[in-house]
Amino acid sequence: MPEFKLPDPGEGLVEATIIQWKVAVGDTVKTNDIVVEVETAKSLVELPIPWDGTVTELLAAEGDEVEVGTPIVLIDNGDGGGASGGGGAAASGGNDPAEVTDEATAASDDLVPTAPEGGQGGTESKREAMLVGYGAIEGSTTRRKRRRGASGAEAEADATPQRKAKASPPVRKYAQDRGVDINQVTAAGPTGIVRRSDIDAFVDGGSSPAAPGDDPGGAPTAPEVEGASAPATGASAYQRPVLDRSGEREERIDVKGVRKMTAQAMVGSAFSAPHVTEFITVDVTRTMELIERLKADRALRDLRINPLLVLAKAMTVAVRRNPGVNAVWDEDAQQIVQRNYLNLGIAAATPRGLVVPNIKDADLMDLRQLAEAMTDLVATAKAGRTQPADMSGGTITITNVGVFGVDTGTPIINPGESAIVCFGAVRRMPWVVGSGEQERIEPRWVTQLAVSFDHRLIDGELGSMFLADLAALLEDPARALAWA
Amino acid sequence: MSDDEVAPSSTAPVTQDHQPPERDITDGGPDMVQFLAADGTRVELTATNEPYAAYLEDVDQAAMKDMLRDLIMVRRVDAEGFALQRQGELGLWPSLLGQEAAQVGAGRAMRPQDYAFPGYREHGVAWCKGVPPENLLGMFRGVNHGGWDSNENNFHLYTIVIGNQMLHAVGYAMGAARDGDVGTGDPDRDTAVMAFTGDGGTAQGDFNESLVFASVTNAPVVFYVQNNHWAISEPNDRQFTIPPYRRADGFGFPGIRVDGNDVLASYAVTRHALERARSGQGPTLIEAFTYRMGAHTTSDDPTKYRISAEVDAWKAKDPIDRMTAYLTSEGVIDDAWVEQTEGEADQLAARIRKACQTMPDPPHEEMFAHVYAEPHTLIERESALFADYQAGFED
Repeated sequence: MPEFKLPDPGEGLVEATIIQWKVAVGDTVKTNDIVVEVETAKSLVELPIPWDGTVTELLAAEGDEVEVGTPIVLIDNGDGGGASGGGGAAASGGNDPAEVTDEATAASDDLVPTAPEGGQGGTESKREAMLVGYGAIEGSTTRRKRRRGASGAEAEADATPQRKAKASPPVRKYAQDRGVDINQVTAAGPTGIVRRSDIDAFVDGGSSPAAPGDDPGGAPTAPEVEGASAPATGASAYQRPVLDRSGEREERIDVKGVRKMTAQAMVGSAFSAPHVTEFITVDVTRTMELIERLKADRALRDLRINPLLVLAKAMTVAVRRNPGVNAVWDEDAQQIVQRNYLNLGIAAATPRGLVVPNIKDADLMDLRQLAEAMTDLVATAKAGRTQPADMSGGTITITNVGVFGVDTGTPIINPGESAIVCFGAVRRMPWVVGSGEQERIEPRWVTQLAVSFDHRLIDGELGSMFLADLAALLEDPARALAWA
Repeated sequence: MSDDEVAPSSTAPVTQDHQPPERDITDGGPDMVQFLAADGTRVELTATNEPYAAYLEDVDQAAMKDMLRDLIMVRRVDAEGFALQRQGELGLWPSLLGQEAAQVGAGRAMRPQDYAFPGYREHGVAWCKGVPPENLLGMFRGVNHGGWDSNENNFHLYTIVIGNQMLHAVGYAMGAARDGDVGTGDPDRDTAVMAFTGDGGTAQGDFNESLVFASVTNAPVVFYVQNNHWAISEPNDRQFTIPPYRRADGFGFPGIRVDGNDVLASYAVTRHALERARSGQGPTLIEAFTYRMGAHTTSDDPTKYRISAEVDAWKAKDPIDRMTAYLTSEGVIDDAWVEQTEGEADQLAARIRKACQTMPDPPHEEMFAHVYAEPHTLIERESALFADYQAGFED
């Protein structure tokens, strides 16, 4: 009496939900009659029955989620045989069912979840059916898988020395590269297939009590682990969950190009210039209002007016008031090189990595020129077309981490310079305004500025004054009129 | 109103929810060759279909009956393939439902020496070329590596990659010309090649490249584009602004639109194009105007992207209904004949069903057998290694 198993109605689907039975027990069905409607991850699908006969039992209820390969309906097709009868997938034709069909039926009968196989046998079998799917070659494949999986534990218990591990070629290579005999490795997963994580666990085994691996007598087995740990720690010993990581555990990437340059520059800077970083929180509401006004200014049409632009302009003013930050330590000459020009670097994240092109003579530019230069700099960097000349000769730098929604950081100075300003995210924040009777909390635009400077030539006083000036300019951009 | 008059859809905003065009997409326009109307009546001779009428003169009543029988058989085979997939016997099945006439018309027009290069939905052409349907099932069951010996029926293996086969076909046609099998006047020798694809295939580079080569080499090839109106989920109006048959203009050979749901028209037009090719007059592009009534494949759910009203409109143009109506009205067949033929189709279905269910799994070494035509040391070593690996599973 054949049972109809849930097929994979798409490509690679593993389960479906029974939506509606179109037949009831006792109904007569003909080959290809629609018996059930199921819903898969892809669509609603009607399933036709492959035999003529009578519905004897519905094995799944509407609403049930069923794994592919699970029997869902039992049909009496007049074969008269018992559950092990050879109806199988054979048509109602008169010829003897072929061997393959017999085999498929026999094997799949073993896959009924309630098969009398002992405690976990049923679950394991069912799971394998799902893994291999229920498809055209279900018979032999399932049979083979099952034999291996179900008897695997016994085989391991027998500690057959010649046991050959089941593993994919890359995993075999992985084991070989680590000097591990893969046949000694126990698979953690229910499939019995050895994975990279099993190799790793095996290698770590020497130090980890949870991972057996040094047993010279043959393959270690799960029961042995339990046996070893149970007396020591009692019944509730921690069982590390079986974690299955597909893909590489770690990857190695050659350091080259921008990454290599960045690394060299950062190491050079961080370990030659003693860094000091200072922070300030500032109410930039008036800067934000200025930006709105500038955006409406016809003379600045088509330009990107943003807080970074105002900060860039403020940098030119603050540097003029504190020229000592626009200098560099010349170790070889034992001199401090004071720059009387300002090449303003902007750190930019690009597809190729971090680059820091700079705007030459930014201190001589008016706001429009500065905006144009920044727009071009950003576009060029984003397109990956920044030329080496654009990145050399900088004198001071801004890194705008605020675009990533970050408040602040401790930036590392760009080599050849002595200060770098970190611009955080501009947020609406509660802020104390007014004084005395008028003192109150208002929502304001607030940001954080940080500056890292080279303490060999810049003392805390100079660095602090520079940062305070910068903050004051953003707090009230009109100060630029007085200071410029 | 024909496709040609469609407002240039390239200017229309592409929205997520596709709005079907307001025109009647079942109307192939005045250029479409048709001999049988949707209701099964013969169409009057017009300037459009008159050039092809002569090819129907020697199609007698028995031949027409055979054509209808083919249509019924092919539809039944297709339905069985679909059901077998739903029962877990096949990995996939691409249904040809609705395109039977386009394929049987073309397949019947071919001579044994003519070579067909199909996509993966050409079950009707396979049938006409004598490929047993079991072979198609075996391929979609995954128990063989292609399905059949191409040269046995001059029907190439199914090509799953869209449009690839167009290049293969033109290459084969160029070879036939170099073999001197074109224009000899010997009906048993002169050879033409048919390249099958769909509307979706026309967007492929391979398709356009093959048209270039066919044009400049004057290859004996017929491009047969079954415009079933859907490239999976992409409708015609998102695929092109001029219909496929007019593509040929740009390549310098004739393009013909034929009613792909009219088996007589499909046959007549294909015969005309094949004769041109065999006699050395070069390539032709035929657009068979038809409709994919089912899903793209068993893995697809068309209700997610097309409206049922569109399917209903095409249902009224069914190729089998119209041929049945025509031959019944002519007194060629009666209900009993139809019933008997459908019974034969059911027997055929039972035969191929059983064959499919009992197909043995191939031995693993077979996957190495056809990589090279001659013995190859590397492959032999790999085959041995793989056999060893497989043996490792046995306890």
